Amino acid sequence: MPETDRRPASNLQPLSLHIPEPRYRPGDTPDFGDIVVPAVDATPRPGEATKPDAMRDLCYGLVRVLDFDGQAKGQWDPKLSPERLRTMLRYMMLVRAFDDRMFRAQRQGKTSFYMKCTGEEATSVASTMALDRGDMCFPSYRQQGILIARDYPLIQMMNQIYSNRGDHLLGRQLPIMYSAPEHGFFSVSGNLATQYPQAVGWAMASASKGDSRIATVWCGEGSSAEGDFHSALTFATVYNAPVIFNVVNNQWAISSFSGFAGGERTTFAARAVGYGIAGLRVDGNDPLAVYAATQWAADRARTNSGPTLIEHFTYRSEGHSTSDDPSAYRPADEASAWPFGDPIVRLRQHLETLGEWDGERHEAQRAELEDLVKTTQKQSEKLGILGHGMHQPFETMFQDVFEDMPWHLKEQCAQMLAEQEAKFGPDWKPE
Amino acid sequence: MAIELKMPALSPTMEEGTLAKWLVKEGDSVKSGDILAEIETDKATMEFEAIDEGTIGQILVAEGTDNVKVGTVIATIAGEGEEASSSPVRTEPVEAPSLPSTPPEEKTGPSTSSGQTEERVEKPAATERASDPAIPAGTAMVKLTVREALRDAMAEEMRADDRVFVMGEEVAEYQGAYKVTQGLLDEFGARRVIDTPITEYGFAGLGAGAAMGGLKPVIEFMTFNFAMQAIDHIINSAAKTNYMSGGQMRCPIVFRGPNGAASRVGAQHSQNFAPWYASVPGLIVISPYDAADAKGLMKAAIRSEDPVVFLENELLYGRSFDVPDLPDHVLPIGKARIMREGSDVTIVSYSIGVGLALEAADSLAGEGIDAEVIDLRTLRPLDTATVLASLKKTNHLVVVEEGWPICSIASELAMVAMEQGFDDLDAPVVRVCNEDVPLPYAANLEKAALVDTPRVIAAVKAVLNRG
Repeated sequence: MPETDRRPASNLQPLSLHIPEPRYRPGDTPDFGDIVVPAVDATPRPGEATKPDAMRDLCYGLVRVLDFDGQAKGQWDPKLSPERLRTMLRYMMLVRAFDDRMFRAQRQGKTSFYMKCTGEEATSVASTMALDRGDMCFPSYRQQGILIARDYPLIQMMNQIYSNRGDHLLGRQLPIMYSAPEHGFFSVSGNLATQYPQAVGWAMASASKGDSRIATVWCGEGSSAEGDFHSALTFATVYNAPVIFNVVNNQWAISSFSGFAGGERTTFAARAVGYGIAGLRVDGNDPLAVYAATQWAADRARTNSGPTLIEHFTYRSEGHSTSDDPSAYRPADEASAWPFGDPIVRLRQHLETLGEWDGERHEAQRAELEDLVKTTQKQSEKLGILGHGMHQPFETMFQDVFEDMPWHLKEQCAQMLAEQEAKFGPDWKPE
Repeated sequence: MAIELKMPALSPTMEEGTLAKWLVKEGDSVKSGDILAEIETDKATMEFEAIDEGTIGQILVAEGTDNVKVGTVIATIAGEGEEASSSPVRTEPVEAPSLPSTPPEEKTGPSTSSGQTEERVEKPAATERASDPAIPAGTAMVKLTVREALRDAMAEEMRADDRVFVMGEEVAEYQGAYKVTQGLLDEFGARRVIDTPITEYGFAGLGAGAAMGGLKPVIEFMTFNFAMQAIDHIINSAAKTNYMSGGQMRCPIVFRGPNGAASRVGAQHSQNFAPWYASVPGLIVISPYDAADAKGLMKAAIRSEDPVVFLENELLYGRSFDVPDLPDHVLPIGKARIMREGSDVTIVSYSIGVGLALEAADSLAGEGIDAEVIDLRTLRPLDTATVLASLKKTNHLVVVEEGWPICSIASELAMVAMEQGFDDLDAPVVRVCNEDVPLPYAANLEKAALVDTPRVIAAVKAVLNRG
């Protein structure tokens, strides 16, 4: 067998490896002063049909619309009506109210698991608002904002989280792994980046059928390391698939910082360069920039001008999930040191600057949405919470494994129901 | 009526936790959303919040108590208008007053069903298992969890052999998603305990390359569900290196991580891949049940010149077993172990199924049925000799497997029994497996879909015609 302690015979310098290490650990004072924040109007907006090699700089810049005083500026300003801006604000606030409530429900033992998207609301809400309702979204697990922005019933989300009698996934899926194809929301997959090639496949199917709908897909910067990500980009460029790739670079994959996905070397938007597709790097905490970039990419895809990779530069303000405690691996105040602020605060400030919003209306809306979530939660909890009672009849377990139930599952099912009847009597029903 | 506050499951796989700190005291009034306590799980420290309004009646589990099972009543809340201190006494006049003075280590919730199940599963393993002939008689034992045993095995091998290193997602800084690599980064540094980008395909391939280059990688998959995208490297590269190089090259690598159903993690995260890997020539497949085997076989796996798929079980990580207190406890690969001797029926299993088999054997003993329980431990090569010898003695074979029934280890053993033990069989071989469906999330359906002790007992009785 090979000897590893064999040393080179020459006097060449020994090789060594680089182990990425985040700059700040618990107890350190985070300082993001060296993050380059280009001026709002520094980034030009190319035409939607621009060839990728003529717009490479955008992979290394930052698309911005809102400055830190709440003014919308520059070529990327989507010039949305105040009404549309208020709708966007409302959706983002609803996402946050929903997240806060369901996180607490998990801490109260009403469900086993939850994931918040605090600080990242714009990356799904504003993005979805720039699409057509018929476009298919392939979410990762932190894109509840898509469902909210498509007016999916809150109670259905809660029923799924509680795995209760109203859960239309019949108790088969982990909390938050929603599936709402009729709302253009593909089933959430627990395995990272599997959605990437599937979104390209869906987009290619749409083109192959002569349809006008496009596909859009999300992953984190961490899972951009997956092979699926790279296969997807290869296919998309080869076939010019009508698809938008979103990389939500929230700096953290559980405890692994973005350096473990290559973030110390280049931007995630720059992955587009190697594949010869368009790439945009966007301030993910600026809802108008996210909207503008997505709208650009959607126009591009819909006119057969090619796929786009969008990096949303943002920060995961909370733990990865209810099972995570980020204070073990990063400073507690890192989120507040993040130079791009909070997307809800920034949109609110913009609306106030326009004279289209004020503190009183904001507080009233916040209270109204908290109330809406609370009321809906009560309705949902009437249908049961996790671990309290048998919400799904036994026979549902054998359904939908195949189109037609095979004989051996029919037998298994009948046997189980017979045992149930022998134990509890013929009239017994799950509560 | 007093409301019972139970130890919550703060992550899908949590079975027990440490009640680190109470943030309220008896007599405090609380409202929904107030933080009551800090609870440490194997993953993190979390805050437990109140759902109901009222006054804290009695605190039944003191802060600092370890291993509090999920579902244990930890305190009571008296509703409006109730006397906080008297209500628990009223509902549970005998037990409640004595509980607060119980020493912490005994406070594992004697009245909860989950606590009982847990104890029943562990008891036979700890007290009644037949001694392992591979361990010298009279060896002193220490209590270790499976998690600690695996970590100790890796650490010992890393100390002994500088070529051994551990690589995977979250294995270094975070100490492993399930804390199996706890302390390794501190002791061995970032050169040998390596956090990776999120690409199983990538780091399985890298590991295979490093093994071919003369190192001894231990590759952790956060779970074997995620190894699905790496399976090409495991099967098409690692397993065939020796053969395809005409015997010139080796790929001494260990692929390890949790396999099988955990608790409430749904269809994509609850699968037993043992039969898949066990079907591949060139791979060693190990799937231990207790901590002694986990340690002894992990050390053997790391020393092996063959690629090893080492299938752990998340629900077993936290269970404690006796482990030989030896400086170098290594077990032979490919040897099953008789966990309990018996004469009426042979129950064969591996991994978490062994606990069910032992529990069933205990219960059957009460009905005059003397079951022999065999833990396969290694699935490839399969120790058919031990199974056939037992069959010769008992003439009845039941295989318990937490996995799907079709093309399983159970079906393989049934074939072995038919081919090589036909004359010893007094009844057909019976397999006790999961339902043939993707595993549902909902607790009631999940329970109904998985193998359990009553099903093992029923199968044994059917085989013995003792309905």
